[in-house]
Amino acid sequence: MHIVDRRLNPSGKSLENRQRFLRRAKTLVQGAVKKASQDRDIKDVLEGGEVTIPLDGMNEPRFHREGGVRDRVLPGNKKFVEGDILQRPQSKGGGGNGAGEGDGEDAFRFVLSRDEFVDIFLDDLELPDLSKRKLAEVENEGLRRAGYTTSGSPANISVSRTVRRAMARRVALQRPRPEVIAQLEAELDHCSDDRRLELVAEIERLKSKIKRIPFIDPIDIRYRRFETVPKPVAQAVMFCLMDVSGSMSEHMKDLAKRFYMLLYVFLTRRYKKVEIVFIRHTDRAEEVDEQTFFHGPASGGTLVSSALETMHEIVQSRFRPADWNIYAAQASDGDNSYADSDRTGALLRDAILPVSQFFAYLEVGESGGHPFEMAESSLWTLYQRLRNEGEPLSMRKVNDRSEIFPVFHDLFQRRTGKEIAP
Amino acid sequence: MNSFKESKKLFEGADWDFTTIQRIHDACEDIALKDLGLNVYPNQIEVITAEQMLDAYSSVGMPLYYKHWSFGKQFAHQEASYRKGLMGLAYEIVINSSPCISYLMEENTATMQTLVIAHAAFGHNHFFKNNYLFKQWTDADGILDYLDFAKAYVAQCEEKYGRIAVEQTMDAAHALMSHGVDRYPGKRSLDLRAEEKRARERREHEQATFNDLWRTVPTGPSKNRTELSAERRRALLGLPQENLLYFLEKAAPRLRTWQRELLRIVRNIAQYFYPQGQTKVMNEGTATYVHYRIMTALHERGQITDGNFLEFLGSHTNVVFQPDFDSKYFSGFNPYALGFAMMQDIERIVTDPEDEDREWFPDIAGKGDVMGVLRDVWANYRDESFISQFLSPRLMRHMRMFHLHDDPADTSGILVEAIHNERGYRSVRRALSRQYDVGLIDANIEVMDVDLAGDRRLMLKHSVLNGALLNEVDARRVLQHLADLWSYDVSLTEVDASGSVLKEHIVHPRMMAAAA
Repeated sequence: MHIVDRRLNPSGKSLENRQRFLRRAKTLVQGAVKKASQDRDIKDVLEGGEVTIPLDGMNEPRFHREGGVRDRVLPGNKKFVEGDILQRPQSKGGGGNGAGEGDGEDAFRFVLSRDEFVDIFLDDLELPDLSKRKLAEVENEGLRRAGYTTSGSPANISVSRTVRRAMARRVALQRPRPEVIAQLEAELDHCSDDRRLELVAEIERLKSKIKRIPFIDPIDIRYRRFETVPKPVAQAVMFCLMDVSGSMSEHMKDLAKRFYMLLYVFLTRRYKKVEIVFIRHTDRAEEVDEQTFFHGPASGGTLVSSALETMHEIVQSRFRPADWNIYAAQASDGDNSYADSDRTGALLRDAILPVSQFFAYLEVGESGGHPFEMAESSLWTLYQRLRNEGEPLSMRKVNDRSEIFPVFHDLFQRRTGKEIAP
Repeated sequence: MNSFKESKKLFEGADWDFTTIQRIHDACEDIALKDLGLNVYPNQIEVITAEQMLDAYSSVGMPLYYKHWSFGKQFAHQEASYRKGLMGLAYEIVINSSPCISYLMEENTATMQTLVIAHAAFGHNHFFKNNYLFKQWTDADGILDYLDFAKAYVAQCEEKYGRIAVEQTMDAAHALMSHGVDRYPGKRSLDLRAEEKRARERREHEQATFNDLWRTVPTGPSKNRTELSAERRRALLGLPQENLLYFLEKAAPRLRTWQRELLRIVRNIAQYFYPQGQTKVMNEGTATYVHYRIMTALHERGQITDGNFLEFLGSHTNVVFQPDFDSKYFSGFNPYALGFAMMQDIERIVTDPEDEDREWFPDIAGKGDVMGVLRDVWANYRDESFISQFLSPRLMRHMRMFHLHDDPADTSGILVEAIHNERGYRSVRRALSRQYDVGLIDANIEVMDVDLAGDRRLMLKHSVLNGALLNEVDARRVLQHLADLWSYDVSLTEVDASGSVLKEHIVHPRMMAAAA
């Protein structure tokens, strides 16, 4: 006989298999999430829910039979006699529970929480830190309590912990309490001589023991320990710029709204605090609340520069670029008065882009329109030119609700190098 | 054995170390070989942790296995239920190999280790070595080397042809695994060492003779355009063929060599495991009977204390617990319970028969040689024949067995066909034995023909028994895998005994990455 001790062998031999399973499940779940998100409203999508993995993916089919005439022998008969008729269980035509295998496997479903759902969707996305990658990586150090230690500075002595340990030690070593000695001394005053000797000896013993066992010993002392933890810059502001001139239809606003919502969800995942600033503009711009932003009536000509101007002012007054990560997304149908181009371009290049982490331009169109059939809008042409000059601008065209996710996904795809023009 | 040694306890309390294990093994071996007359492979005992046990579980108990996501899925599932406390770990895993490898979990007490050694290292081990099915279909000497080869080969393929392509092929092969065995004797038994050697040679030959020129040689018009007669064609393809994996490996037109090799690996492993499915009751019954005898003997000899013996009896009782059909714990017959009860019943019939037993078992009743009879039974039966031969009226009464007949056409309900009485014994016994008949458990599916002249459609037939059709959804999925391997359409007709077609499934192949 041969004994082998395998305990030292690396365990987790099936780790590789488990990873294969997760990898396989993950792509499926991701696919399911993306698919689910295209048909549903964004808000509902972000509620999470059940995702069913394609039957084909996770299941391991085998041929198995069901139904038909079945004979079974069972143990534990109590009262039946030959010829009795038993009621069929109602669930499935008699044979359902016997087979057990195949059917059970169909239900390879995951119920995803909101967080998981969004996580999976955003999993391979990353904020592009085009202009200020460095800034994004700056981390403040923070202190965090991290238990107790036996050494440290006096300022950090934890009194309660120290006393607790001292008490434990005193109890363990049976240090006499002062009351006991006092009591004995009191007794000493009026007692017989025999007893006196005894008491004196006892008091002597206790006193010396008290001396040997101090009330607080250096080994009792505990210091609070702190450790430093990196604290990421944890706030961001998101500017939503939208053209609300008459040419923007409800459909277009809806598209823009969806994009902003996604961006918001995305940012809240990254930062503790995300502020949103809504700026709508016609030929003049104003900061408004969300309700007004999307639903307030407005009309007039179109001057994109006004919105950029307003954003610039707000940044200067309220959001110091050193403290805030600034994101902006602009939605427009692309109409801008020709005369405004230069000013828009200059503002963007000189004021906005240098302080922004990311600036996305979303050109929204009517449903059904094909993005490549339309003539380039004036804004698109302008931004295109800026881009070609190397400005870190992201731009996409969207016509349909279902395109929002892919476009968003595309814009935020984790990138290795610099943004490359499409 | 001298009295000094006999009086000595094997261990005290629950702790053990390697010398204890050695002592336990030797004591068990002494009883197993001398008292019970068992014939076993050499033993190898491996001590593992609970986590390693989980690992081993999820790869069908084998110490080395190729990588596949489905094992990971199993692991995830099992780990979850283990952590939730829904499932205890099995005490042991034992491998039909030579040397016979038994795993002991480090958490077990010394008593449990003794139980596991008696159960696995002697009970299962003897059964593996002596039962005719295992002798016929498995290759205990070669299996570990073969698994090693399989693992390396699969890994190599993944490197060369991509993980996805290999995975697709393996998924398809797994789906057909239960139809990748030769069911009836006459075929040559496995010789996995030779198998592995041939596989290596095949590859070397290919590499040595590879010449890109051949690719460009015009093949010209086929020489013989005359129609093969249907008979001849079927004979050439070895049809009808019930081993679907074998057929695909040999005849699928567009598989690459490595894909054929993968099918072959899955098929060989399926064949290796095939006897285990047919002998569950006997195998567990044997092991349980053997551990019971050994533990009792150890106790009688004073080698384990009363306390240890009580601990053992606790575990033993749990293992052989058979819930009644109306209990919430019921999930069919517990093979340990049924097998052990039958073995003990045989012991009773052989040593102390009643008139009824003499009538039912004239060959063995009162024969006296318990172990002789049992060894013979263990060697020559499988579950189906074992039950149909040795299930006694007394045991049927004891377990209060009854036979239900469920005919969907009968709307009034399920008929109690027979119960444990004079009129019912034979019916109950026959029905229980058929419950373990492989021929009836697995659907009978065969490759019938290939439409060589036409669209190369592969034609399969399912011989429907008792009106039980295939589950449609799963059948389509399996057929999809089959079609992917075959590369052309596949049709499966479900035909009843009278020859009328009840259902037909037709599946078109998807493009497989590897075949493209």
